[in-house]
Amino acid sequence: MPFVEQGLVVRHNQVSRDMWELEFIAPAIAPEALPGQFVHIRSALGINPLLRRPLSLYDVDKKLGSITLLYKIVGTGTNLLTRIKTKEYVDVMGPLGKGFSLPPKGKRVVLIGGGVGIAPLVYLARVLSDRGYQVKVLHGVESRRQLVAFDKMRQIGVDFMPSTMDGSAGFKGLVTELLQKKINPSEVDYIYTCGPEIMMAAVADYARERAIEGELSMEEYMACGVGACLGCARKLKTDDESYVKICKDGPVFPLGAVELLG
Amino acid sequence: MRNKETLIQDQEPELSVNLGGLIMNNPVAVASGTFGYGREYEDYVDISSIGAIIVKGTTLTPRPGNPGPRIVETPAGMLNSIGLENPGIDVFLNEHLPYLQEHRCTVIANIAGNTVEEYAELAARIEGHRGVGAIELNISCPNVKQGGLQFGTDPELVFQVVNAVKKNSTLPVIPKLSPNVTDIVSIARAAQAGGADALSMINTLMGMAVDIKNRKPLLGNIFGGLSGPAIKPVALRMIYQVYREVKLPILGGGGIMNLNDALEFMMVGASAVSVGTGIFVHPRLAVDIAEGLKEWMQQNNISQLSEIVGVATH
Repeated sequence: MPFVEQGLVVRHNQVSRDMWELEFIAPAIAPEALPGQFVHIRSALGINPLLRRPLSLYDVDKKLGSITLLYKIVGTGTNLLTRIKTKEYVDVMGPLGKGFSLPPKGKRVVLIGGGVGIAPLVYLARVLSDRGYQVKVLHGVESRRQLVAFDKMRQIGVDFMPSTMDGSAGFKGLVTELLQKKINPSEVDYIYTCGPEIMMAAVADYARERAIEGELSMEEYMACGVGACLGCARKLKTDDESYVKICKDGPVFPLGAVELLG
Repeated sequence: MRNKETLIQDQEPELSVNLGGLIMNNPVAVASGTFGYGREYEDYVDISSIGAIIVKGTTLTPRPGNPGPRIVETPAGMLNSIGLENPGIDVFLNEHLPYLQEHRCTVIANIAGNTVEEYAELAARIEGHRGVGAIELNISCPNVKQGGLQFGTDPELVFQVVNAVKKNSTLPVIPKLSPNVTDIVSIARAAQAGGADALSMINTLMGMAVDIKNRKPLLGNIFGGLSGPAIKPVALRMIYQVYREVKLPILGGGGIMNLNDALEFMMVGASAVSVGTGIFVHPRLAVDIAEGLKEWMQQNNISQLSEIVGVATH
């Protein structure tokens, strides 16, 4: 069940030029939060910006009852969010949306993140790893400094493979090239992806050509976050007359189910 | 033996209102399109305690809605171009209405047609279904190509639609007026002449926003309806004008975010208010305002809301 609560901020730090990590205590939301779900957060009080911002769950510490978000500064809302200090409160609504489903036991899974799209894959990697899945994580960024999830991935204990466009760490090139060139498809049973839609579309093509199942996590402008306003609609690929709501039917969908941009 | 003074203090202020024949337990409704069919918010608020739930606009046949992006945030507000996505009247009556009835909600159905005949048929289909307390006429949706706004900007069409619906319905009929007109009073008069029982005002203001990077409109539908605190002054002005000229109860809304906003609307003539965009920020907004209103009435020795409705227009 979702809640609205005031989360006590225990950590809020800049992790790269334009990315921040925000950890807060959310005793009602944290115990119920599943990988792939999101919270709807107010970046500031007042009426400008007016709406909440949907941010995926980067990590959840169930013992502490805390939620960590990873966000990138993209506009006024996220810019204002950076001003919130530790010991202050954030107004949070969640957990919202339909998260990732877990594949049958024993499946070998590959997680592919692009940029800040790594966020929901960290909590997913933690849960998958805890449940004994063999997990490989591919993270594509521009440059080494944006590999913000490196420490968490190492702590979780997954096989972490970065790619950078400038070659400053790991594979040089796109994360989808890394996938094509360095991963043996016969060792992949299930794929999860989150990142720019052009990247997710390439991952979906890769998976379809090799008959690998998987899921992706979408992002869209949202108002209500609960399926009431129908603002975050996207077309289904299978049926061009109907729309799905990213907030309620998603944000996680099977690979190939929803039309992607680019 | 209690003296007279304590008796007065003990008196609970009367929050219920009669909106053109619809009895609301409190004067705070949730606006159409912002609260789905109620169940979307059941985890956050006791939906039965809301003054009235105005459900998502319903058409005769299902509508898929507009291509995205459908919403964009603007200063102190947002634009939407949902395009009346809805599953049609049958699904509303058979799948959503029973749930609302089970929860004893006060329900206002919102109907939208492409023609006068369609409005009349929608009203006829609702007639006899228990659980609908009133009908709001969407004659002001800016996001559909046919009908919608076109009906709400022509006094003659407003008259025809209201009149046709009244002939097919025993429920209170509440046209929702568009602010996208030159003379709101003439529209309100036409609605009254057609037999409206109350007026709902205002719908969204037509607007747009531009994506500078891609050099094109931000909304897939180019234009959208502006809502939120940005439109509150316009709504207040229009309600003030209509209240002075037309003797129909008004359900007023447009950017209400708190109790003070609601009081402003009442003071310019709204008998009841609706919250919409504010719900996206505060899911409990309607009941919070109703509770706040009760306290405010106690503190200000007001026993009936009629004591404040329209006081700022004299």
